[in-house]
Amino acid sequence: MTHDEIIQDRLQQAVVERAESLQASLAEGDWATASLLLEQINDIRNQPLHDEVAKLTRELHSAILDLQIEGSNPHAQEMSQINDANERLHYVMKMTEKAANDTMDLVEASAPLVNYISYEAQSLTADWQRFTRREMPLEEFKDLARRIEAFLLRSLHDSDQMSGHLNDILLAQSFQDLTGQVIKRVTELIGYVDQSLTRMGGMAKTVDQVAGIEHDHETLQKGSQMQYDTSKGEGPQIRADKAEDVVSDQVDVDDLLSSLGL
Amino acid sequence: MNKNMKILIVDDFSTMRRIIKNLLRDLGFTNTEEADDGSTALPMLQSGNFDFLVTDWNMPQMTGIDLLRAVRADDRLKHLPVLMVTAEAKRDQIIEAAQAGVNGYVVKPFTAHALQDKIEKIFERVNG
Repeated sequence: MTHDEIIQDRLQQAVVERAESLQASLAEGDWATASLLLEQINDIRNQPLHDEVAKLTRELHSAILDLQIEGSNPHAQEMSQINDANERLHYVMKMTEKAANDTMDLVEASAPLVNYISYEAQSLTADWQRFTRREMPLEEFKDLARRIEAFLLRSLHDSDQMSGHLNDILLAQSFQDLTGQVIKRVTELIGYVDQSLTRMGGMAKTVDQVAGIEHDHETLQKGSQMQYDTSKGEGPQIRADKAEDVVSDQVDVDDLLSSLGL
Repeated sequence: MNKNMKILIVDDFSTMRRIIKNLLRDLGFTNTEEADDGSTALPMLQSGNFDFLVTDWNMPQMTGIDLLRAVRADDRLKHLPVLMVTAEAKRDQIIEAAQAGVNGYVVKPFTAHALQDKIEKIFERVNG
């Protein structure tokens, strides 16, 4: 026997059991007893609904507890994993921003060093070639020799500094390990939240079934706050290679623009 | 191309502004200013004699596409060359930007070469 058949059977039994007394009390004009009997039958009929609602409430409660977002808990704020995830993502933003800025600081500090070497090497090469062609007076050569010595000393010093900068740039990338770990944990939490919400969605569906409620899904969708407007911007496309309506690279953009006459 | 032209860089992320600023400096453009949103960029453009606008799309207050439309709607600014440097990569969005009058479109992540190429093309067309 299925669950529904058992319920049906129980209801029938209740009606049959009370039918005789109901008839008797009606014949006697005993309205109080008659309505009591009817109420009992009603209660038995509603029992499965009550059971279902109680079960769903319990499940909802446990799903909320799983999410640790229950409002009545005084520690909800501290316990909330969502809140924690928010902080973690802020940490990622801070770390990536710092790494980017540190790297750019080092690149900006390195650029003048490289520029000096390039500029001075060019100038010295030109003069050195004049010397090898024996086009340089002795006095000028003495000056050239001094410049070459200065250049060598400064190159020695600057290349030390440069290699320090390069090392620091390398170290600045260590953010990737830390932020990677944090993002992994947040991703796990999102998977968990997704599961809980799916469970709640299933419960809501059962409530609707039990209570015989029907929703207009179109209206619900319209009321949803997650409306996309491409004018507002969507951010980077994560699956650019799979989506049809997304360009995959700059060549694609250029092709599209030139087809529009740009 | 006038290397001294005044360029406004608009992006809500300071790191991206800095990257673009550095790349522009490498290309010889040193006269740059920065804004972190369309809403702060527009008054700067209206009072600042800028020759070129480089803007992101997705920004919190006023988006780059709205900034572009505001620029094209302003009689004194409507001929300002505008380059979009953005992560927005939907075909519809690129078409929307083209229709709004963008002069060039670079998708992030981009290369120094792509930026240079677009800037050169824009000014070839503007001056030609």
